[in-house]
Amino acid sequence: MNLQSIFAELEQVDNEFFGRLEHVSRRGLFSSLTKKTVAVAAPSILASALTSAYGQSSALPDNVVDVLNFALTLEYLEYRFYDTGTNLTMIPSQYKPAFELIRRHEQIHVNLLKTVLGAKGIPEPKFDYTAKGNFPDTFSNFQTFAAVSQAFEDTGVRAYKGQAPNLMNAKPILETALQIHATEATHAARIRFLRGQKGWITLASPSGLPPAAAGVYMGEDNVSQKGINLQGILSGVVPVEGVTEAFDEPLTKDQVMTIVKPFLA
Amino acid sequence: MENSNTSTKTTAPSVMTQRRSFLRAVGAAAVTGGILTACSTADVQVSPNGARAGSAGDVITLPGGDLGILNYAFILEQIEARFYELVLANPYEGMTALEMQLFQDLRNHEVTHRAFYRTALMSAGIPDLTLDFSSIYFRQRTDVLEAARMFAEIGTAAYNGGGKYLTDPENLTVAGKIVSVEARHVSIIREMEYMNQTAFSGDNIVIDGLFIKKEPSEVLPMAQKYIRETIDARNLPTTVA
Repeated sequence: MNLQSIFAELEQVDNEFFGRLEHVSRRGLFSSLTKKTVAVAAPSILASALTSAYGQSSALPDNVVDVLNFALTLEYLEYRFYDTGTNLTMIPSQYKPAFELIRRHEQIHVNLLKTVLGAKGIPEPKFDYTAKGNFPDTFSNFQTFAAVSQAFEDTGVRAYKGQAPNLMNAKPILETALQIHATEATHAARIRFLRGQKGWITLASPSGLPPAAAGVYMGEDNVSQKGINLQGILSGVVPVEGVTEAFDEPLTKDQVMTIVKPFLA
Repeated sequence: MENSNTSTKTTAPSVMTQRRSFLRAVGAAAVTGGILTACSTADVQVSPNGARAGSAGDVITLPGGDLGILNYAFILEQIEARFYELVLANPYEGMTALEMQLFQDLRNHEVTHRAFYRTALMSAGIPDLTLDFSSIYFRQRTDVLEAARMFAEIGTAAYNGGGKYLTDPENLTVAGKIVSVEARHVSIIREMEYMNQTAFSGDNIVIDGLFIKKEPSEVLPMAQKYIRETIDARNLPTTVA
């Protein structure tokens, strides 16, 4: 991780970036960091750099604050889920490394968003991982745990995707959000695969999830992009399943909250 | 129908030799940089959707703005789609049923992406490129998986880094719909290579919780290795609007 290059990129992205870094001495920041501390501290430093650039969160546009708090809600949901789950013995040993890594990524995402939001960040809600009794054995049955994990990851991918256009007035934050989005997609594919599913979403198939999670894949059977019906164009070349797999579809905030609501205590 | 104006040779010294002399002719800057940012060669007039046998001296100049970024993505999708078509046309020995299914899925996705850009861009799109995969040994499982992994990783990083340049929200949304599928590919290909470890989201692609991103100026030199024509990226955006 090269902090210098992060700043160089941010500067390239946002010409006013350094102009807005009023309280951060660039030289002092770099010289106080060894390569090792940069590797460990980079996310929080990136977050505080983003925050400083926008003025300690108070200058973050309202729409960006809304998006980031929405994202933070989902990251809290994921992090607390994995943090509880990975401490339990029910996870088969061959899958432990995957869940432990995902837990760590979600923790980083939580911390990054909290730092960027500063005082505007929402506190962690209380969660009910049975989803009001729909998944009574989330933390005692690995199959249920993995199914809930898949639901969270695929929902997370769709949720970030839906919010990208709302971050276009904050390009450095948009870019970071896209990087989180792709990270969630690597998680989603891995969890699907260990559950015997394809890594990608075919049609609007429930992908082995129970009816309680139906909303997770709603609309994934779309075959038209920018008004172009790809199923028609690719008739005889790519089956409709493949056409739908090739594009992950976004979810609106309301659609995501409908999925998430049962998990809020 | 998909055209196949591409070298399918898996080992072709003569192609390599030609390529080397071509690069020498173009000059050291092109060899090291891979792309020409200030090339004086007159742009080749090419019919937009026409299949043609591209020659090494042809220069394809990408437009600016959103169209430039979409064409940039179109380049990467052309490479990926053609790569998987060739993987399936030249299956390596001992390809398992699971691997065959995987490559068919990957081929379907990338062919769909390519068809999307070709249709969406129409006359504003670059022509079908003349691709050169002579550096990949398709008969070797590890070579194929390594190349597949690399293409998916570069693609994901390219979309991550390119998204900020898009000014039309609809374009950003479509790019977002594609990038997560590319990231899913990365995860599964890595899982096939390194099972039950942390490679699927390993710390050389996801650094501190963030999937890496790359600028067009980093990606195009890598892509250029597989393209006979020279991609001129001078008009691509380098600062956000």
